[in-house]
Amino acid sequence: MSLKKVHDVQPKEFKFTEENLNKVEEILKRYPDKNKKSAVMPFLYLAQKQNNNWIPLAAMKYIANYLSMPYISVYEVATFYTMYNLAPVGKYFVQVCTTSPCLIRGADKIVKICKEKISPNENEISKKGSCSWMEVECLGACVNGPMMQINNDYYEDLNEKNTKEILESLIKDKPLKSGSYRGRKNTAPEKKQTINGENHA
Amino acid sequence: MLKSEDKIFKNLYNDLGWEIDKAIKRNDWKDTKNIISKGRDWIINEVKTSELRGRGGAGFSTGLKWSFAPKEVGSRPHYLVINADESEPGTCKDRDILRFEPQKLIEGCLIAGYTVNAHVCYIYIRGEYHNEGIRLQEAIDQAYKKKYLGKNACGSGWDFDIHIHYGAGAYICGEETALLESIEGNKGQPRLKPPFPALVGLYGCPTIVNNVETIAVVPTILRRGGKWFASIGKPKNTGTKIFCISGNVNFPCNVEEEMGISLKELIEKHAGGVIGGWENLQAVIPGGSSMPLLSKKICETITMDFDSLIKNKSGLGTAGIVVINKQQDIVACMARIARFYKHESCGQCTPCREGAGWMWRILDRVVKRKATLSDIDLLSDVTKQIEGHTICAFGEGSAWPVQGLLRHFRKEIESRCREEPLIKKKINNPYLVDQHLLDNKNA
Repeated sequence: MSLKKVHDVQPKEFKFTEENLNKVEEILKRYPDKNKKSAVMPFLYLAQKQNNNWIPLAAMKYIANYLSMPYISVYEVATFYTMYNLAPVGKYFVQVCTTSPCLIRGADKIVKICKEKISPNENEISKKGSCSWMEVECLGACVNGPMMQINNDYYEDLNEKNTKEILESLIKDKPLKSGSYRGRKNTAPEKKQTINGENHA
Repeated sequence: MLKSEDKIFKNLYNDLGWEIDKAIKRNDWKDTKNIISKGRDWIINEVKTSELRGRGGAGFSTGLKWSFAPKEVGSRPHYLVINADESEPGTCKDRDILRFEPQKLIEGCLIAGYTVNAHVCYIYIRGEYHNEGIRLQEAIDQAYKKKYLGKNACGSGWDFDIHIHYGAGAYICGEETALLESIEGNKGQPRLKPPFPALVGLYGCPTIVNNVETIAVVPTILRRGGKWFASIGKPKNTGTKIFCISGNVNFPCNVEEEMGISLKELIEKHAGGVIGGWENLQAVIPGGSSMPLLSKKICETITMDFDSLIKNKSGLGTAGIVVINKQQDIVACMARIARFYKHESCGQCTPCREGAGWMWRILDRVVKRKATLSDIDLLSDVTKQIEGHTICAFGEGSAWPVQGLLRHFRKEIESRCREEPLIKKKINNPYLVDQHLLDNKNA
């Protein structure tokens, strides 16, 4: 159960842009006419994207109106799921996986570097550059651990040195490429072994 | 050792390309129309012959599950839902299928959809897999272009549409009824069963929920025959399986292997062995974090299939193998897993909501050497109070790893605890309903 705080400075109004209103119609087509409520999660994502990666209360009210559902039901959904940010995050939002498989490969060191380079506390926007970081639960790239997610991209197979480089590149607003930092192909083992005359994973 | 011609996922590492044209060269979408024309009963029978068991963790027979869907469509439409909310720590197999073998999944969806009388399929992807979702959408669009989906999909006479629905970072939505709640636009809290989703599921309609890997292997099974699939692996534990080997191994990787391969072979041959050698092995979590860990002694001989792991009081789960060597603090590892469950509990059932926090705090005390010997019995008691007293299997999933730790490493834990002090200092342990609020760090 996640506990999140709603930001104390809230914009008064929220409206989907023209472009997003078109997307909204596309989304609604996916669900049966009687069950428009299903669209609340994609709508919240859209609102979050439009509003610099966080959802103001006004957006929740707007979505509730749009889908003719009670405001509190939208609020309930927005506060239940951890990926909806209810307060501003950095332009580069760094999420470090610290669950056991990553932890035993050194995720705690990555966290330490985040504290040094970005800010001593989680969810605090850095002074230099606009980054923020937080610890998250398993991101589902366990064989590529330790890893972190920056906005939508996965940075995998990290060590202390290249984490520093990546974070510095964010501060300079020139992010490095995502993917494996040990130069391996996706989730393949680094050394393929030859067994019975053929290459085996 | 699995022969390379028996591998189902030939593009697991994207050596061959994920696009539809390349997938067709790997025999995807071959004879799909023909397979569908053989009819529902033939498909279900063939899947039953293959003895395919669900790859999402529970290991339920897929053919049997499909046969639970009502034979005739009544007043309510049927739905097919694919569970791609892969969040179990240690597991990252579905991600590779979504990225690199999407056509296998899409073809499987069409066949499964036809079999259970569903015209609409929702694929529920975890929100973090944003890029994987975009890739899957591209693959779906390519399939539409080839007329493999949509009206009269693949010339089969069956109309079929696939939609993607993103989750938003809730582990519990991997539980099938919570997943359905989430698609309906509610917070993801599991429903009481029965009624099972096969009768009352999404929007109150008959719904079949399957894991990505389960659906993705179905087309190959039907093309090569159920008997072929059943000939791989062990009786009742047939076929191939993607194993994710992470943790303290030299070359962590995903690999497709036959069911019932020995754990030692898997680690030594595919993952390059344990860091520091086999003797340096401390424990292995065999099936994602919900499954109890195995001690080194068991690891020597265990084979990776549903039934042998259950015999050893663990389970295959999602086949996410986490290797832990002797340099790691095993209690800290499990305390972190307990913290995961504390964070992810949906809060619906009290034993789980409160108990998960209890387990984490007690294990944390053990790590910090502040626990007393009576804490161990308390911990064991808490796990038993959770297990079996919750709506969904999350309760078991959070309690079992701690029970496994107590079973195999009780001495280790005891050595870190002290006796009850003679003069008791008043410890200010918070004992409130909303005690999560107090540990600010995780609030």
